[in-house]
Amino acid sequence: MGILTLTAVHKNFGETEIIRGVSLDIEQGEKHAIIGPNGAGKSTLFHLISGLHRVTTGTITFKQNEIQNKTPYEVSRLGLTRSFQVTNIFARMNVFENVRCALLWSSGYRYSFWHLLGSQGEINDRAMEVLDQIGLKNKALFPAGELAYAQQRALELGIAIAGGAELIMLDEPVAGMSHSEASNAVDLIRRVTAGKTLIMVEHDMNIVFDLADRISVLVYGEIIASDKPENIRANSRVQEAYLGEVGSNA
Amino acid sequence: MLEVFIFATLNGLVTGLLLFMLASGLTLIFSMMGVLNFAHASFYMLGAYFAYSISLTMGFWLGLIFAPLIVGVLGAMVERYGLRRVHKSGHVAELVFTFGAAFLIEESIQFFWGPATKNYRSPDILDFPLFTLFGQEFSAYRGFMIFISMAIFIVLFRVLTHSRIGIIIQAAITHPHTVANLGHNVPLIFMGVFGVGTALAGLAGVIAGPVLTTFPGMAAVLGSIVFVIVVIGGLGSLAGAFIASLLIGLLQSYAIASSVGMPDLLDLLGVSFEADHPLNDLWTVTLPQIAPILPFLLLVLVLIFRPTGLLGKREE
Amino acid sequence: MMASIAKLSLWAGYLLVLLALPQFFDSILSISIFNQMAIAIIFALSYNMLLGQGGMLSFGHAVYFGLGGFLAVHTLILIENGSVYFSIIFIPLVGGIFGLLAAIFIGSFSTRKAGTVFAMISLGIGELIAASSLIFVSFFGGEAGVSGDRTFGPLFFGVDFAQDLEIYYLAAIWVFIATVFMYLFTQTPAGRMANAVRDNPERAEFIGYSARRVRFISFCASGLFAGIAGGLFALNYEFITEENLNAATSGRVLLMAYIGGLGYFIGPIIGAVVLTLMNSLLSNYSELWLLYLGVLFLLTVMFLPRGFAGLIMMHQVAWLRGTLRRLALPYLITGIPAFIFILASIAMIELSHTDGEVFHYLGVSLERGSSIDWMLIGGIAIAAFLATRKSLQQLKDAWEDANTLPGDEDS
Repeated sequence: MGILTLTAVHKNFGETEIIRGVSLDIEQGEKHAIIGPNGAGKSTLFHLISGLHRVTTGTITFKQNEIQNKTPYEVSRLGLTRSFQVTNIFARMNVFENVRCALLWSSGYRYSFWHLLGSQGEINDRAMEVLDQIGLKNKALFPAGELAYAQQRALELGIAIAGGAELIMLDEPVAGMSHSEASNAVDLIRRVTAGKTLIMVEHDMNIVFDLADRISVLVYGEIIASDKPENIRANSRVQEAYLGEVGSNA
Repeated sequence: MLEVFIFATLNGLVTGLLLFMLASGLTLIFSMMGVLNFAHASFYMLGAYFAYSISLTMGFWLGLIFAPLIVGVLGAMVERYGLRRVHKSGHVAELVFTFGAAFLIEESIQFFWGPATKNYRSPDILDFPLFTLFGQEFSAYRGFMIFISMAIFIVLFRVLTHSRIGIIIQAAITHPHTVANLGHNVPLIFMGVFGVGTALAGLAGVIAGPVLTTFPGMAAVLGSIVFVIVVIGGLGSLAGAFIASLLIGLLQSYAIASSVGMPDLLDLLGVSFEADHPLNDLWTVTLPQIAPILPFLLLVLVLIFRPTGLLGKREE
Repeated sequence: MMASIAKLSLWAGYLLVLLALPQFFDSILSISIFNQMAIAIIFALSYNMLLGQGGMLSFGHAVYFGLGGFLAVHTLILIENGSVYFSIIFIPLVGGIFGLLAAIFIGSFSTRKAGTVFAMISLGIGELIAASSLIFVSFFGGEAGVSGDRTFGPLFFGVDFAQDLEIYYLAAIWVFIATVFMYLFTQTPAGRMANAVRDNPERAEFIGYSARRVRFISFCASGLFAGIAGGLFALNYEFITEENLNAATSGRVLLMAYIGGLGYFIGPIIGAVVLTLMNSLLSNYSELWLLYLGVLFLLTVMFLPRGFAGLIMMHQVAWLRGTLRRLALPYLITGIPAFIFILASIAMIELSHTDGEVFHYLGVSLERGSSIDWMLIGGIAIAAFLATRKSLQQLKDAWEDANTLPGDEDS
């Protein structure tokens, strides 16, 4: 059994069934991409795994813990982190504070109101390291909400990875970026997820085939294929359902 | 006993319908603009004062027509030149702005009309008992209040369900972000809704002024209760606001008219306490005494156990 | 190292100012104003822990202030009776503990959500407690309130605190302690996460924190300090009434924090000082001062969303670049007509409201019935307004000039 296992996961919103029986097993260290047409339920699947939504039926297991009924913060504490499709940062705090907050729980500070963070050398150093990694060291004291878009995306990623989670889920990490920004972002993702497990949703097929070891194709709430990139490219069902137009220009 | 019950019901109905006239505007404004207008009851108070001033020279009936119009225009201007400016600073700033507006309106009323209670009276033509029951009179003016409130309720309902603008408003209530995409002039609709909402509050003030007395504190008396209603009914639900208005009106009316209290309950349980018991206040409290806090008790309970209110769908 | 020395000297300066104030202003009136300021500073700072730092808009913060105050007065009575025996310098702490207990109880259900739901619960609780206070007379004393006497109990190094000045020094120490602790709170994990939850509660949950728990901690801390302020109030006035926990008091603290500036630690201090001064001084000159306060408040919300502190901090860039001097003249060119406009407007407002026929204002006697006087002030007001408006463009240009250096546009 891998690090994350979904078993027959269903999710209904009212009458509508969005996720219709997804089972998936993700290995430790795997780089896994989820692709599929708009409205297939990719983001919903992310929300279910990360605890934002509750599953209707089915189980989700992360490192031998059943997490389908856990809250986002409980899931996060187990070492599962995620980023968001729409930039989701702490806009009124500066860049350094954003990252340092993301480090607090994993550094064991919990809800402490007796530690003064200014004098905690280790966490401050660690936060600067993360800033260095994501290329925002010279913006440390800049208000996060006033960063340029690509920089906000980098910060988004920094917040997600800062806590040292083992499983990182990225929801369209390069959406809305220019070509050169996207290629920088891919390098960055490769660097910060080295040795970790990665699940990502992405529309840009070049990036998907570049980064992923394995790809799952989600169509109308069901996984119709889950395989190595080259096999996915060759799969006729996938071609028909989704890759058709993309495959021809790729 | 029966006559107490009947009159309490009628009075509760008068209060409840009056509250609904305020709550309906507040709910409309909240559903569309996301702003809980703290100054809403202040517009109600302005309605009473304008109507009073008009009635001095031109009589009650012209006041009934013109005071709500003036209040509505004033409300639209507050939206246009104040609220819209603050909008970009976020919801908290908007709430705080309406809070400040309430404060300023109360002070302005004291400035222009002075702190004393105004002798704003119901028209002589309605100064007769509508009917007499068990020797108690029910005044025609109260009947008139019920009539006006019901008429407003029906008109509002018709407009919302049968007119083009009503359908846009309904769409905006359930899907606040999509109306702009349909090409409607949202700022103008906002201004209009704010104007109509405040005009309704003004009308409520016009008809309530003679009964509930016209004085600078009249907004504070009703203000927070209207909030309570909107929240209990469910933010954004007109039907919920209607039910909650009647509920609160009747609840308070019954509580005031009743004569039961803690001593009766203790008698029933066969418990008694010495008069010098530290909690003596609690053991002697009566229902009429706690009538003013019932709405707030209800509010806190609803918010804890059903934050969406009775009929509300949206949480925020 | 330099930064921490600068910080320490700032704190030392704060303490020094607090202790030295009575040396310069020693009248009974000024001591009484300083005492009010001390209470207001703690109360406004505690409010900002909720709204400015935690994103929780409360309309019922006076509950914790008032409950703390009531318990403090009851404790004074117990000391007077001899039921308990300790120095009254600890009375604010008694208020604080009770404020904390009330906050633990109420916060346990009210901090589930921020936003409108929180605001409404705070309003409901506030009204509920204010109304109950008139029913439960034995504890709250009804409309008259309860009163005590602070001169009982053991002396503190021979001081019996009969004088307001003695209370001032006690209050100054408490203000200093409370300010330091509230500041330090912002530097802790709980304090930082309060900012994070304010900005984005959803994201905070994905970095391991329960937004509700974070809010609850801020809420309790805020209740503690509000209670301390209430205890200080009880010591200063030796009585407390229902008015100190009702909606008007809750509104006033919101006003103070907002006008001062929510986004800055120092903002509420500025707000508390300014509003207390206005309250004490203006109310002597004009019975319309609440009207002016309302106008000031609305103008602040509309034009200075970051409050007075924000206005000051806006000049940081120009200050660092040494271009602040360039703003002095433009400020004067706009400021003088603006000031004249305000004076003339006040003259008209007061003149229309004066009881007598003649109104003395800034050394001039204005007649209420004289249309010449009216036209004169009206003319001055209009001219000053137009001049102010006309000068705004040059101020704007000067502002941009002072805040942009050549070659700065692209950064």
